[in-house]
Amino acid sequence: MSWMDQADTRSCVLLRLGERRFALAAEQVAELAAPSRVFRFAHRTPEIDGVILRRGRVVPVCDVAERLTGKRLFSRRFYLIAARKHGQTMDWIAIPVSGQCELIRADLTSAGESDSPHVAGWLSHGGEVIELLNLNALMPNPHTDSTPAAVEASPEVHAQ
Amino acid sequence: MRTRTPEHKTASVRAEQIILFRASSEVFAISSGAVQEVRSVDSLAGAPVGVSEPGLKKVQHAIRRGDKNIYVVNTAMHFGLPPSPVALIFVLRKSRVALLVNAIEKMTSMTRLQALPGAFCNQERSWYRGLTVLDQNVIPVVDPAGFLSKDELFLLDAANGSGNLTEARDAAGAEATI
Repeated sequence: MSWMDQADTRSCVLLRLGERRFALAAEQVAELAAPSRVFRFAHRTPEIDGVILRRGRVVPVCDVAERLTGKRLFSRRFYLIAARKHGQTMDWIAIPVSGQCELIRADLTSAGESDSPHVAGWLSHGGEVIELLNLNALMPNPHTDSTPAAVEASPEVHAQ
Repeated sequence: MRTRTPEHKTASVRAEQIILFRASSEVFAISSGAVQEVRSVDSLAGAPVGVSEPGLKKVQHAIRRGDKNIYVVNTAMHFGLPPSPVALIFVLRKSRVALLVNAIEKMTSMTRLQALPGAFCNQERSWYRGLTVLDQNVIPVVDPAGFLSKDELFLLDAANGSGNLTEARDAAGAEATI
């Protein structure tokens, strides 16, 4: 194996959405959580289904299955809690998945220009070619303005 | 009365009094310090004046206070929720906004307000100060300044200056449309 090949080998978590499998870079995955109550409140971000409570933290639930497979996920077995860095803040997202996840090491191929923005790369595993997901392209983009709401967007603020 | 523990600097947990209220089928929280008055819709019979601004259907009435209009926002419409009968008006403190709500659920206090996760990236960012967890429920804490922007107030004032306000002739009718 050449040095370049080794440089492209990464740990990934395979997740199942209905019939298909996708991959996320392992460093983006925090944990796999059992299904829990989804709290819903009025909002205008269609990608967000609601929020769950995980270790005292409010985590938005973002169902990406419909975008990736064309079908909504009806049997949610677990939530894959993933993190994405946006500026100085870490954003947590719960992705409903329909099966057990698997940690693997695989050789990656970079995404090409013709690939969809949500494809960060490709990997081959078990005879299957699997998309490595680019979370930032799949999730609603956090706002970056400097309104008071943005100032408040620290992980936690205490009541005044 | 406050007590201090100088030797052991513990993380001081400050509580904020909040009112949990219902708008349509959902429960929201608002800081009790932001609410100046809670009135029954009935108590405003005859007092509200009709407001007609096509771009702001959530505002259909105003209350005249001195030389100012206090605009009454239908909270359910503001949040895009199905309409339902309202019973109370929250007149907000240091504001020209009042809120039509269904009912007060309870008054309580919160010690922790979590910022709205960054994935929420639309209007809700101006609607809420954040989220709080009470009895294992996630409750959005509304931002009193998020109901009407300065531009919207300007628009309402321009369209409904004191001379143009039409008094509600039929209080019962006004109530029914609230």
